[in-house]
This record gives sequence, structure tokens and C-alpha cells, in this order.
Amino acid sequence: MKLPVLNDEKTESAGGCSSSGCGSSASAMDHLPDTIRDKVANHPCFSEQAHHYFARMHVAVAPACNIQCNYCNRKYDCSNESRPGVVSEVLSPAQAVKKVKAVAAAIPQMSVLGIAGPGDPLANPQRTFETFRRLSEEAPDIKLCVSTNGLNLPACAEEISKHNIDHVTITINCVDPEIGARIYPWIFWENRRIRGVEAARILIEQQQKGLEMLIERGVLVKVNSVMIPGINDEHLKEVSRIVKEKGAFLHNVMPIIAEAEHGTYFGLTGQREPTAAELEALQDACAGDMNMMRHCRQCRADAVGLLGEDRGEEFTLDKIDAMEVDYEAAMVQRAEVQQQLLAQLNSQRNKLQNQVQEQPIRILPPSRPVKMAVATKGGGIINQHFGHATEFLVYEASQKGVRFIGHRQVDKPYCEGGSSCGDDGETVLQSIVRQLEDCEVLLCSKVGYEPWSALEEAGIQPDGEHAMEPIEEAVQAVYQQMLARGLAEKPADQQQSLSQLQTA
Amino acid sequence: MAFEIVAACVSCTACEMVCPNQAISAGELHFEIDPGLCTECAESYPDPQCASICPIEGAILDELGDPLNPPGSLIGILPQVAA
Repeated sequence: MKLPVLNDEKTESAGGCSSSGCGSSASAMDHLPDTIRDKVANHPCFSEQAHHYFARMHVAVAPACNIQCNYCNRKYDCSNESRPGVVSEVLSPAQAVKKVKAVAAAIPQMSVLGIAGPGDPLANPQRTFETFRRLSEEAPDIKLCVSTNGLNLPACAEEISKHNIDHVTITINCVDPEIGARIYPWIFWENRRIRGVEAARILIEQQQKGLEMLIERGVLVKVNSVMIPGINDEHLKEVSRIVKEKGAFLHNVMPIIAEAEHGTYFGLTGQREPTAAELEALQDACAGDMNMMRHCRQCRADAVGLLGEDRGEEFTLDKIDAMEVDYEAAMVQRAEVQQQLLAQLNSQRNKLQNQVQEQPIRILPPSRPVKMAVATKGGGIINQHFGHATEFLVYEASQKGVRFIGHRQVDKPYCEGGSSCGDDGETVLQSIVRQLEDCEVLLCSKVGYEPWSALEEAGIQPDGEHAMEPIEEAVQAVYQQMLARGLAEKPADQQQSLSQLQTA
Repeated sequence: MAFEIVAACVSCTACEMVCPNQAISAGELHFEIDPGLCTECAESYPDPQCASICPIEGAILDELGDPLNPPGSLIGILPQVAA
């Protein structure tokens, strides 16, 4: 069975995309069969809109790994690091089940439980499947998903399809063993450590076979790829095409994390990370083939909460032991809260669609797309002070509508730059402004005088007038204003003359 | 004839799962090999299983005390670069 793939172009020609984000948004999902749409509608990792409302958690029950990646070092497990492969404590299946139920009682927006490591879940099949089996009995409303490097996937595909597992994510960085040999130094396969091109060849073969087996069994598959400039960046376009042909429904291109202090091969050998612009360009290039997932935050294997936040510290084992939880009541409350959230999502989508349809048809001069940065704490609302934001969401408005294109992490929020937002804050502010330099507007709930001037000087218009409004509506409204004021016209050298257009 | 796991071990459990003799278990600080059970895989496999999956250089020693995966052999970075 081949699953249909979300496709930007198709969506646009059908007119659905104009109303909201093209990422993996509700409108892009309209073209999926009901069964798949229902599966992704409340999944924060798969739906750009859902990620503002629904929470997820990972339980770290899978410490062992069967391959080595050059962007990973298993020696560094530190609570200050937020990246895949890193956790603070490994749990037994029984501890994991207890934790999931406690978190889902405390955070009723929690819809998804994933096992993603810190090693490879399918290299720890007993722990992984015992956790899934118990959860599907004890918390049947929670969606289950699993991430894997794919080496052991063919051996586990049948078992995965028997459990109530909604989605599988396979990390596929290449389909060419020569490229793979530069990413994976070794694998453990059939009782031997195998190195080099041969190792990559086996890994690629198993990944592709596993992908095919899951699709045959009707399991939803997402593919993750790590973008490594100079190694697989161009190649990922081919990966995108192939995994789409085989039936993966989403492709998520993520930037490599390669800091020297993480002690990874790539970190220590000076492999550079892609810039935000390079990442977005590759995501755009792959999007022609397949929908992309630009809101991914590359979370830890024990992350808890909304994407972009991590509340893991609130739920350590000793804290959970001290909690008194009524699991039955929690499940009822969860169902109510999540139903309300879904209704809210739907009404917001309809509202945006209606807005677009009601707009009178006017002939405007050709316009250009405009990027805007948004500060939000979640809920799909502009509700964060500029100085408190640890990341900004970037949207692109054009006459086709509003689409989410990425998020920009900042090293430190502006107000933590120094005790008085003074001398130290200056450089923090400069670095934030640099991260947002391709944006023309910054939407937030409030912004202080000093950052206001710095943003304006850099050509970014700060705007606090849309505080507490839904993000996409506000971005749309600001863009309409810019159009009306002639601020978003195409530069003259790219414009056909207006008279030509009107006679056409 | 037995191997030994030392403090560099990160307790990832990989070796415990592949040991054909159930000679490996979690110790207080890191995983440990029971010298009475370890056969160095001599009769079972061409390569010792624990040392073939261990991701940490220097974590498993042979009976002479030499690392089965010496520095630079797994991640490809020599110690002077990593330092």
C-alpha cells in the first residue's frame, strides 16, 4: 500500500494552502485520507498547528545502540545539553510507564509518547516493546511512536505493526554507501563490528527494507535526515525523492548539531553547521517532492512538554513517587481538554479560510513575500515578551497566504543577557538581531525601548499591537497593511509593468 | 581467561544484551564482567561480542589489561585531538 504524500504544489493548486501554514498544517492535511489525518491532527511533531497546543514526551528506556554516528558521542550525557541522544536518567519499562501516566495526568494536553533513545529503541527491543505493551493497556488514549536508525527495523517491523504504534521515524541520512561511510564509522551487524562503506551499505539496505515493510503493513512512516553541509546536503534531495516514492508521509530535514564541547567526531573536526538560510533553502528544495516539518526542535530522548519547552525536571523519578495520581480521572480530563483543543484548532482553520474567501478581488501591484519573526510561549498565540524569548518562529507571508518556515534559537533571551539588560545585553541583543536579519517584522507581546531601536535600525519593524492574537491571523493582517501601504511590492526590476498585467 | 570493564563504561547495556554467557551485569558504578563466566567468546564467535558493540574506547580490557578498542579506533579521533 502506498500512502499519499503531503505536497505543497498540489495543495496550492487546490487553493487550500492559501489560508494557512503550508508546513504540515491543517490545510495541507485536508488532502490526506481521514485515517491519516486523524492520526496526525493532534500530533505535535507532525502537525505545525498542533504543536502549539499538544504536548509530547519521550521516555528514555533504550540505552544501547547498534551503530555509531559521527554527530553523536555517548560519553556526554549532561542535563545542560538539549539534543537527541542525551538523557539524565535511563528508566526501566515499569518506571517509564509510571512516569508517562504521571505526566499525562499533570499535562492533559499530552497526546503522544515516543521512545527515541538515548540509544536506538530497536537495539533494545525487549525494553521498548514491553513499555509499549504496558502503555497500550494502561493508557490506551496516548499515541505511541518510535524513532530508529533502521538497522534492526526489518527484524522488528512485524512486532511494530502488532502494537498500537501510530508512527515510526527512521533517520535516513543517505542512500549512497560512499556518503554513508563519511557519516557512520561502524555498525554492529550479525555479531561483528563492521566498518566503512560496507557498514553503510548494510545500514542503507536495512533502512530501505524496513521502510518498505512498514508501508506494506500500513504503519505511518516519517523520515528524519540530518543535514551535514559538504557531505549530504545536495544528496538529501535524492533521499527525499526516494523515501517519498516508497510511501513515507513526511520528511524532516534537521541541521547537524556539531559543537566541539559535545565531543563528537564532527564537533571536534570542525564540521560546520548549516545557516538558517541554507537549511530553509534545502527544505524548500525538498518540499517540491514532499512536505517538510519545519517546527522540529530536535528534542532530547527524555523531553517532556510542548515542543520547544522541556519540563523533564518536574518529573524526575523521586518527584513522581511523591505524586498522588488518579489515573482514571486524568484520562477523562485528558479526553475533554484534547477535544476542546481540536475544536479550537478547527475553528481557527475555518476562520482563516473564510477570511481569505471573503476578501474582495482587487488588482494589486505584484507583491513580494515578507518574513516575520514571532515570539510565542505556545497556544498558537503571540504571547511572549521579546526579552524572554529563547526562540523565534519565522513565518513567510505572501499573496498565497501565510506559511511557517522555521524557528531561530537564540543563545540567551535578551533579558538574561546581563543583570540589568545593560552592557552584556548589548551583545546578546546583537546576536538576536543577527539571527533575525532576514525578517522585516517582529511580532511579540511587548518589547523594550533599547531592543526596539536596535531592531528598527536593522530593518526589522517591532510590533506589539497584535499581542494575544493568533499568530497566522496577525501575520496575515500585518502583511495586508504592508500591501496597502505599498511596503511589500516587488522591486521594480522584477516587476512586469502593471498595465501589461491588467491587459493580460 | 576473562575481560574486564573499567570506569570509562557509560552503562549503555549493549554488551549485556550480546554476551552469549550472561557474564555481564550492572555493577554499582558501571557494568561488570564475571570472570568465572566470561570465555572471551572463544568458542562462540570469531570476535568477542562485548568489545564488538561497545561504543566507548578503552572501556573493556583484555586479560593483559590492554584496551580491546584503543583510543582512536571507534570514533576516529586521536586522543591528542580530543584533549
